[in-house]
Amino acid sequence: MSASTNSGVPMVSARAVFLVVIAVIWVFPAYWLLNMSLQPNDVLLRSTNEFLPDSNSTLRHYVGILSGSSTLRWLVNSIIVSTCTVFFTLLLASLGGYAFGRLEFPFKRTLFVLVLGGLAIPEQAVFIPLYSMFSDWKMHNTHAALFLPRLATPFGVFLMTQYFRGIPKEYEEAAKMDNASHWTIFTKVMLPLARPALITLAIFTLLYTWNDYLWPLVSASKTEMFTITVGMASYQGNYAQTVGLGFLMATAVFASLPILLMYVIFQKYVVSGIAMSSGK
Amino acid sequence: MAKRTEAKIAFGFLAPFLAVWFILLIVPVFRGAWISLHDWEIVGSHRYFIGLQNYVDLWADPVFWQAIWNTTVFVAITVPSVTIVALLLALALNKPGRFYSVLRSMFFATSVLSVTVVTLVWTMVLRAENGLINNMFESLGLPQVGFLSTEGLAMVSLSVATVWWVIGFPLMLFLAGLQQIPKDIYEAAKLDDSGFFRTLYYITLPGLRRMMAFVVITQTISHFQLFGQSVLMTQGGPAGSTRSIVQFIYEMGFQSWQLGYASAASMVLLGVMFVASLIQFLMSTKGETA
Repeated sequence: MSASTNSGVPMVSARAVFLVVIAVIWVFPAYWLLNMSLQPNDVLLRSTNEFLPDSNSTLRHYVGILSGSSTLRWLVNSIIVSTCTVFFTLLLASLGGYAFGRLEFPFKRTLFVLVLGGLAIPEQAVFIPLYSMFSDWKMHNTHAALFLPRLATPFGVFLMTQYFRGIPKEYEEAAKMDNASHWTIFTKVMLPLARPALITLAIFTLLYTWNDYLWPLVSASKTEMFTITVGMASYQGNYAQTVGLGFLMATAVFASLPILLMYVIFQKYVVSGIAMSSGK
Repeated sequence: MAKRTEAKIAFGFLAPFLAVWFILLIVPVFRGAWISLHDWEIVGSHRYFIGLQNYVDLWADPVFWQAIWNTTVFVAITVPSVTIVALLLALALNKPGRFYSVLRSMFFATSVLSVTVVTLVWTMVLRAENGLINNMFESLGLPQVGFLSTEGLAMVSLSVATVWWVIGFPLMLFLAGLQQIPKDIYEAAKLDDSGFFRTLYYITLPGLRRMMAFVVITQTISHFQLFGQSVLMTQGGPAGSTRSIVQFIYEMGFQSWQLGYASAASMVLLGVMFVASLIQFLMSTKGETA
């Protein structure tokens, strides 16, 4: 107590400086990648130890990506797959969550526990039978095959059930007076109230789908059906012969940008969503 | 009468999700169990019922045991590292104000990257020729280190990259946990002139116990499924020392084309995951009643 009155200010700034140094080291590899994406391939072949933009810096890799490349095609695939996954997850989860959270029916508790049991089944443990099922249905190398398995995870239903359960009864009393159907209550009263939960669910679903590696790796065997995550992996290891290091780095930046932007915009929901996941 | 209509309506609301859940999550488990009882090749119709032979073979397969060992080592290094680093960062960053909020975002930001981007960056940092660290070592006159090509060291390298990648979630969880500890306990400790470490040991850590258990178990479940890092950074090498269980399943299925054998290994993984999830469930319900 007494020490802090005298040397309080310099102590705080020493701690702040230390934290800033750690944070800068922490994000440095990502910055280095960004800087390399701005360097021509032949310069990078000689040295990757340039850490600041210089006279060699160029946007040519970005222009290359945008003027029609596999990367662009993969980005479009990722956008299609992610959009479909998010849309259908929100739809299925809010419908199911409304039933579990607001309606009474026999065996509700048993069914709920059974559904949540699905959380113990990771994609990594069922991708072999899933592969064989989608082979039987002749559905590999389609966008549907890439997003359908994701919809089965019970996390969304769990999240929406918790949220709907927490909404006070009074909100629907007025609507019930007007003899509104459950469908009307669901669409006109419950869904607008559930906006924060829906946004949180959308963010986490998008994050998971965009970055998913294993399932798209086994399901999409044709290059034109790769997602950006799988496509980038296919470049890795032999980029020197194919696209060059700078182009690969620019692809990585492209792959990360949408999801980083989303994080910056919806940061508040990410933070509260993570806290919610621990059951608090 | 009203009750029966409500049940019907509820079923209508639930049906779409239940259908997808059943077909794409429950059926695959049984289908996986069924495939695991066969000599089942990925192409053609080579499918013979062989009972438990795949499991007998797995039991005798040194590569499978090595994959289990490797994965366990990875979990044993990664989970404590993630927990400790996240806890230290949370303690340091648990302050109001814009400055700390920006710092928190910087540490969280790496968590939104995909495994392909993370492994690309860290391969560049750790690789033997022209790697960032080895270049630094060279200019300092230190010997070169094969971070990704030395047995024993490669798994540690994967672990470092993983800590960098996943730290955001546990960090946020610990920060949320710290916010839940009542402020007046700290006020009282301050009045008692309790030092930093005493306060940490008697107030902060006990207050975070539930969150710590949650972080450890969820991290264990997630890192037991190691795949992308080892496939993309070391291809399972050197000498198979970083081949994980999921990688073993993937290689058996899609390089050796033995879906039956791969399914048997999947069932083992599923069993482990199920037990871990059960422990998590029991711990969370125990916490609620206490």
